[in-house]
Amino acid sequence: MPSALFVPLWLTLKVALFATLIAGVFGIALGWWLARRPFPGRGIVDALLMLPMVLPPTVIGYYLIVLIGRNGVLGQYLDRWFGINLIFTWQGAVIAASVVSLPLVYKGARAAFEEVDGRFANAARTLGAGELEVFLRVSLPLAVRGIAAGVMLAFARAMGEFGATLMIAGNLPGKTQTLSIAVYEAVQAGNDSQALWLTLVISLVCIAVLVASGRLLQARH
Amino acid sequence: MATLDVQLQLTLHSPDRSFELDVDFSATAQRTALIGPSGSGKSTLLQAIAGLLPQARGRVRVGEQALLDTAHGIDLPARERRIGVVFQDYALFPHMTVEQNLQFGLRRLGRRADAGHGQRVEALIRQFDLASLRGGLPRNLSGGQRQRVALARALAIEPRLLLLDEPLSALDSPLRRRLRRELAEMLERVQVPTLLVTHDPQDVEALAQDVIRIDDGRIVDGDLGS
Repeated sequence: MPSALFVPLWLTLKVALFATLIAGVFGIALGWWLARRPFPGRGIVDALLMLPMVLPPTVIGYYLIVLIGRNGVLGQYLDRWFGINLIFTWQGAVIAASVVSLPLVYKGARAAFEEVDGRFANAARTLGAGELEVFLRVSLPLAVRGIAAGVMLAFARAMGEFGATLMIAGNLPGKTQTLSIAVYEAVQAGNDSQALWLTLVISLVCIAVLVASGRLLQARH
Repeated sequence: MATLDVQLQLTLHSPDRSFELDVDFSATAQRTALIGPSGSGKSTLLQAIAGLLPQARGRVRVGEQALLDTAHGIDLPARERRIGVVFQDYALFPHMTVEQNLQFGLRRLGRRADAGHGQRVEALIRQFDLASLRGGLPRNLSGGQRQRVALARALAIEPRLLLLDEPLSALDSPLRRRLRRELAEMLERVQVPTLLVTHDPQDVEALAQDVIRIDDGRIVDGDLGS
């Protein structure tokens, strides 16, 4: 495989995997929390969590620069205390991809948890289980298919992330240039055959992920 | 001495109505039936006794043990009350085998299984005739088998009190008669104080020695029934 294809593919998979991991942990925890019971402001928290799905990716990129940029609200302390700078790094691309794919995990997990009959959790409590144990031994296993489907969609979304990634991580070949950005650059440079190959690769991976997540959801009943 | 002593107040709010439960009763019989029309608060009362409704105020005592005593700042969470509950439709964990369902109350997360627990599960499997079903999943069991598993699971924790929520309502009529008899025999054998919810007078006659009537969240009659 030519390195023009391999390097961005490898980087894309790496970024998407780490982003899915981060979005997975936060999305599952938030989905569980919001599925538990109504509380004042739940609708607003829900809207905020879904926001990355509807906002233009460039707007998300801008928010992230304000937040984690070198002079950002958090970024200045990351830089000063730990010497960490996320802008123009693949780790920055991970953050961008995590944010845009979070709603998919969160929405899937919340729906899956809400579908689990509350009596199972209550039965576990009367049998001596604490809340963490109820979550790990009852709620999570019963919701796992719906969660897995959401996680796979999040992975596909993270692989295709473009706008926020470009603003945070830039377009540095071999460093932050993911597949979707490489496609854009190949087209801009008139390199049609490379654009075609990159497009085929990303399409195939995404189709495979969608088919697999569809099967997971179907097998639920 | 009262087996079960309950004095509870709580209000449940839902978007379309609010329901107020205010009860005060003592049960002295080994097995007491709680009857009343649907929506009268029977299941709510059972949940409050089990510790599943954190907004409940008042007092719940089983024998000498106070499980809830708001005036004295006592409010044990459900997991510490050691009350065995057989839920309506049984609520067996669908992703666990019969044996895993029975073990659930004995195996705590991150703690090693102890030999006594294994023996206890084996004894329940023998007692409730579950040996041939131990590896099966709840969805492959008949109604009667589910009922046995649910009762055995609730008894695994050596409960100080047993609560049964409409234990026969999921079944059709001929089966119901047979299982009513089976359930009566099982309850007779286990000798754990029991409060059972039902709306069927035949259940009361076969399963309980005393009756408490509830209507619209209030006790209407604490005397001996039929």
